[in-house]
Amino acid sequence: MALPARESPIGKRVSLFVTCIVDMIYPETGMSVVDILEHVGVPVNFPPDQTCCAQPAFNSGYRDEARTVAAHFFKAFKDAEVIVTPSGSCAAMVRHEYPHLFAPEDGEPYEQAQRAASITWEFSEFLVDGLGMANLNLALPDKQTFAMHDACHGLRGLGLGRASRDLLAHLGNAELRELNECEVCCGFGGLFSVKMPDISNAMLSNKIDNINASAADTIVTGDVSCLTQMNGGLSRNKSGKRVVHLADVLAQGLGGERA
Amino acid sequence: MTQDVQSNDFIALADIALDNDDLQHAIGEGTRTAYYRRLDTMFAHSGEHGEFMRQQAAEAKRRALRELPDLLEKAERNLQKNGYQVEWAEDAAQANQLVLDIARRHQVHTVTKSKSMLTEELGTNHAMEKAGLHVVETDLGEYIIQLAGETPSHIVGPVMHKTKSEIRDVFVRELDMQPTDNAEEMVAFARRMLREDFLSADMGISGGNFLIAETGSIGLVMNEGNGRMCTSLPRVHVALVGIEKIVDTVEDYITLTQVLPSSSTGQKMTVYTNILNGPSHADEDDGPEHAYVILVDNGRSDIYATKYAEVLSCIRCGACQNACPVYRTMGGHAYGWVYGGPIGAVLTPLFVGLENATPLPHASSLCGSCKQVCPVDIDLPRMLLDLRWDLVREGESKAGWDAAMKMWAIGMTSPTRFALGGKAARAGQAIMGDYMPGVLGNWSKHRDFPEFAPKPFRQLWRERAPTLNPGPPRSPASRGKLPIKREGLS
Repeated sequence: MALPARESPIGKRVSLFVTCIVDMIYPETGMSVVDILEHVGVPVNFPPDQTCCAQPAFNSGYRDEARTVAAHFFKAFKDAEVIVTPSGSCAAMVRHEYPHLFAPEDGEPYEQAQRAASITWEFSEFLVDGLGMANLNLALPDKQTFAMHDACHGLRGLGLGRASRDLLAHLGNAELRELNECEVCCGFGGLFSVKMPDISNAMLSNKIDNINASAADTIVTGDVSCLTQMNGGLSRNKSGKRVVHLADVLAQGLGGERA
Repeated sequence: MTQDVQSNDFIALADIALDNDDLQHAIGEGTRTAYYRRLDTMFAHSGEHGEFMRQQAAEAKRRALRELPDLLEKAERNLQKNGYQVEWAEDAAQANQLVLDIARRHQVHTVTKSKSMLTEELGTNHAMEKAGLHVVETDLGEYIIQLAGETPSHIVGPVMHKTKSEIRDVFVRELDMQPTDNAEEMVAFARRMLREDFLSADMGISGGNFLIAETGSIGLVMNEGNGRMCTSLPRVHVALVGIEKIVDTVEDYITLTQVLPSSSTGQKMTVYTNILNGPSHADEDDGPEHAYVILVDNGRSDIYATKYAEVLSCIRCGACQNACPVYRTMGGHAYGWVYGGPIGAVLTPLFVGLENATPLPHASSLCGSCKQVCPVDIDLPRMLLDLRWDLVREGESKAGWDAAMKMWAIGMTSPTRFALGGKAARAGQAIMGDYMPGVLGNWSKHRDFPEFAPKPFRQLWRERAPTLNPGPPRSPASRGKLPIKREGLS
């Protein structure tokens, strides 16, 4: 399970892989990532040809289509030294699945897949494990309570979980509370959510019960796809609670510095 | 293949389970209890220790699988040395016929049986009953299932889907028990009933959790002691064992009998951990006069020849079922064959044919919990992904998806087409509101969909001066609202 040790990203040129969902639905989250990275002194580059990591096709069994889209990813990020993405799921796709998507006999794409896997970092992981910065010297304007929902691919695929909590623990005015079953899937699962909507909803209902029972005002997670599932259910069920991406919570701490 | 395969009805069967409140409650509680007990036991010493045990167990099984043909021969020789008569069965029909032949040879009328998932696969009870034998399941859960005329819904807790009051009703209806809601009284009642069966049985049937090659022994673990009664009291003992149950050494058996109960029920050890060594020997006072081992293939060597071979490492602990958020919502019956949960979603297509279980590889959000808890580290999510790939290649993917995925790949290989797609989605949402076309409409059944942003990130980025060439600072207003305050979700 342990991923191979990786080269330090310190001092490398950072390219943002914003992900397709953030691009189209949550662009502010992408901007929050940029603001936070710049706040810690990391200049950000956005390769304009980027689209998607290919996970929807890969997870549906469409390997040819996934390979085609992955090859586009390699092209879009050919000059990247380090890739940072605000999604544990997309990061896991690049790190775990790209190397399986191509075989050594594929030649160049195989090499590109290995390279992409070795330089890709999830946002919180990049800050805490990559740069060694858990304390970003940020504080929220007012006291707020948060609880983490550990998105599956980040938690079990990349071993995240600690990094997000470290960042929140060092965020001024942020208090951490518990979320029961924070490690259990919200029921999204990509196309699973529309292929098996009733099962997905049963899983979501359980998550919503736990969110409503949590002492935290706001649930924090590292994936906007899971966030969309949970907020879609919270909204439908008239809950006042919402799930927010970690980068957006941290960016609120930029306060006046945010411009 | 005697148990009907209903796996293609997975979604409809799941809906039945989702509508059953008693089942929801029972499965939800049963799986979670086992899940947390596992964590307590498996990692009682430390995280590292638990992980080490898991890897050691995985290696014991992988080694056994690598050497499977040789170990089977070694096991056969050593089983025979211990006085077992060894038979080989290629499929369910052969296995059941061997059981019936043995029963006839020894004038058997009544049979007690300890828990065996393999015999569920083979339909052995049905075959014996058809031949006029009186068969009694003696594991308490299996006993209830047999009385209720059902099939197990969980590998280890076959009756996990039933509440206490449903079990009471079964005992009252089938055995005229005096109605009681006291679980201890119900257990005592079943115990009295079973005691007579144990004492009068001509033949006992067991499975085998493990087959130890170096000593020619059957490793059998249980909590109720019923397995001991089945394997030692009757004149004849027959063990039906899948060929993948083999381990090389007693040491491997000891490793595995630690991770099996820890993973399964959160016990450090099962109440009974047995190593059976054949029929009653000359210097022994008790034990069966005749002991048989039937080594059953029933599709296993076919699986062995595929990229899914490692799934044969499975020691049937049920941990993946307890951890699976999909299984937790509906239990095992919806999977439509013998095995439910993540292991069932992989095993069923391999045993019964992918075309007879097309929904199962998709019956997972790929959350990874099954792999995390598996005591022998089977990569079930990867196998589900590979099975999905097989579905596409074999033309078993649902109509419409082929074309949709091709279109999607065309859209995702050009930033211009990607941006156009985004624009179209935004425009579509403005006109259609919550309505989404095709299968995407399933989203709005239970969830609201967020609004597409007026400007995608790539546009915001273009409008903002690039970092490496700083322009005028952005005003806070240009950032738009944070999602925390977003109204768009309602």
